[in-house]
Amino acid sequence: MIQVQELLVGLGSCGIAAGARQVYDTLIRELKDRGMKIPVIPTGCIGACHREPLLEVRLKDGSRFLYGDLDIGKVKEVVTGHLVEGSPLNEYLVPEKYDYLARQKKIVLANSGVINPESIDDYIKAEGYTALRKVIGTMRPDEVIEELKISGLRGRGGAGFPTGLKWGFTSSASGVKKYLVCNADEGDPGAFMDRSLLEGDPHAVIEGMVIGAYAIGADEGYIYVRAEYPLAIKRLGIAISQAEERGFIGEHILGSDFFFNIHIKEGAGAFVCGEETALMASIEGKRGMPRIRPPFPAESGLWAAPTNINNVETLGNVPPIIRMGGGEYARIGTEKSKGTKVFALAGKIKRGGMVEVPMGISLREVIFDIGGGIKGDKKFKAVQLGGPSGGCIPERLLDVQVDYDSLTATGAIMGSGGMVVMDESTCMVDIARYFLSFTQTESCGKCTFCRVGTKRMLEILERITQGQGRMEDIDELQELAVNIKISSLCGLGQTAPNPVLTTLSYFREEYEEHIKNKRCPALHCKALIRYRVNPEVCTGCTLCVKACPVQAVQGVRKKPHIIDQELCIKCGLCFEACRFSAIEITTGE
Amino acid sequence: MDRFNTLLKKWKGQRGNVIPLLQETQRFFGYLPEQAMQEVARVVEKSPAEIYGVATFYAQFRFEPSGRHMIKVCHGTACHVSGADSLDTALKMELGIGPGETTQDGMFTLEKVACLGCCSLAPVVMIEQEVHGRLTGDKLKKTLRKIKD
Repeated sequence: MIQVQELLVGLGSCGIAAGARQVYDTLIRELKDRGMKIPVIPTGCIGACHREPLLEVRLKDGSRFLYGDLDIGKVKEVVTGHLVEGSPLNEYLVPEKYDYLARQKKIVLANSGVINPESIDDYIKAEGYTALRKVIGTMRPDEVIEELKISGLRGRGGAGFPTGLKWGFTSSASGVKKYLVCNADEGDPGAFMDRSLLEGDPHAVIEGMVIGAYAIGADEGYIYVRAEYPLAIKRLGIAISQAEERGFIGEHILGSDFFFNIHIKEGAGAFVCGEETALMASIEGKRGMPRIRPPFPAESGLWAAPTNINNVETLGNVPPIIRMGGGEYARIGTEKSKGTKVFALAGKIKRGGMVEVPMGISLREVIFDIGGGIKGDKKFKAVQLGGPSGGCIPERLLDVQVDYDSLTATGAIMGSGGMVVMDESTCMVDIARYFLSFTQTESCGKCTFCRVGTKRMLEILERITQGQGRMEDIDELQELAVNIKISSLCGLGQTAPNPVLTTLSYFREEYEEHIKNKRCPALHCKALIRYRVNPEVCTGCTLCVKACPVQAVQGVRKKPHIIDQELCIKCGLCFEACRFSAIEITTGE
Repeated sequence: MDRFNTLLKKWKGQRGNVIPLLQETQRFFGYLPEQAMQEVARVVEKSPAEIYGVATFYAQFRFEPSGRHMIKVCHGTACHVSGADSLDTALKMELGIGPGETTQDGMFTLEKVACLGCCSLAPVVMIEQEVHGRLTGDKLKKTLRKIKD
């Protein structure tokens, strides 16, 4: 009989979407039916999102087994085969788990996927709230700020401003009432680090907030979370009330004279609210439009009181920094970028998921060693960093190291941590168009260049992807890009042209192919491609005929089919349906 | 209506109450009826124009009733490169509606959203509160047919 310590099921949003809830329920029922008393811990994101739903079996001798791609049937087999009969089911194990982890360094995500995020006791067992005890028991606020400065921690929301310095500004601002705000309005498409951290280890973020509030002298805090993250909101709510019960939040925290309360504010769907002044306007109940700085929030922020705003991951770094000491933390990373960074790996990558790596690692290591390279047999084309504010980095720059300054030098940015990998089937002009259409919709409309300029850029990009582009469009895009960057008030407008500028500098030939030869080399842009049936490969199975929504694919059983180009809307459903690769896509004809 | 009035009372006089109040109003009615927005304006002591200005700024607020099932098609970067557009085509075929529209029988409303944060399962669609991942046009159609039955 094997001795099982505990079982962990990843119940983050991704896991639940993949069916982890059913796996969890089945597991509980199976154990109960057999009278087995093994603790089952619902955890947050385990990180290997590409293999969700995940179950980790931990034995008392310390060995661990990670099962992936589970369903109700497979989990029953695991219970019988492994837990009862004692032999692991190799065919369902995730073999790469330990390569996947070997290059990573988990500081912020140390507890995610390990503890039960809805249990404060689990967090306390994992050294939770010891940093807060240390701070309140033995440190003055200025010593806390000094420790943060020594650690070299920089804002993880994207801009990379030194956190200790920021805290120092709010601390020295005059005012009796001060606020601390946690920015959890994770709006970049392709980014889900903050969601995972909030779902997997909400207490770490709360502890970071309380320490920050003590350091700057704030007595009230807000967490501004996207409404699209219902599970994160729920777990934060649970964590806050648990922390209140235990005296980590509220009045006389840990017996001191320090008071601090936290409120959750649900966002209402506006990307620009990730910008700090817009976020504050939104908390105050106004339209979330940015305003001119100065005055900076440190002097005059929420309801005109000195306010400090930090990103979720930044705050999650605070308790470990206090526990290990700023000096120790500063040993990780590069000269100017200390510590680790969490990335959300997604797109055309084999092993997508949450990764935490030391600063200074190369992009190539993250994508190929940790992420396992490109899905299928396709070729790597680019990696997109920083969402709509970032850029696309080509193959030849993949050895660039992950730190704020090196990534900025490529024209992309570190950003909040979204890393979307693209292969040869991704059209770079279309990606530029995609991001512009995003920023265009999300522009709040305050600055003319951002409001109208992005619209004009979008029109040009649409024209090019539709095969109506002109060579002078490229110059016009560049001119507009520069003007939007210099004439916009906030980060949204200042960075909106980045996806266009980086694709223009690294993939200019794709733009030129679209314009001069009316070709889309990635075979993506609908106006420039045609679907046709290769009569030599077609078996006449009629699957594509059935799949076509507009009856453009015609033919009878056992005879090669044909596609009526007049009727075809290029939706690609026939291509998806064909099992013999008989449907070909051509361009430039 | 009494319950709506209780809700209004609960938020009266609180700082920064406009957005939470509008969110609760929408949860209550399923959208923001004009009459309700005027009530909100009265309670928070602002002009109806100001309240309408706030409501229209945020993507979450709707001004028309929605269908019984809300379908949100994710158009985040990962979903975009993994074929979110073909899901739109499949939905158009199956339900005959595009983003922002509601089926005539009031069963489904379609919305396009920026990112649901389930990028490693791309492309994804959220129906009610449930996220469906690794979709193809065909799988999505089957899911919808299950709901219809």
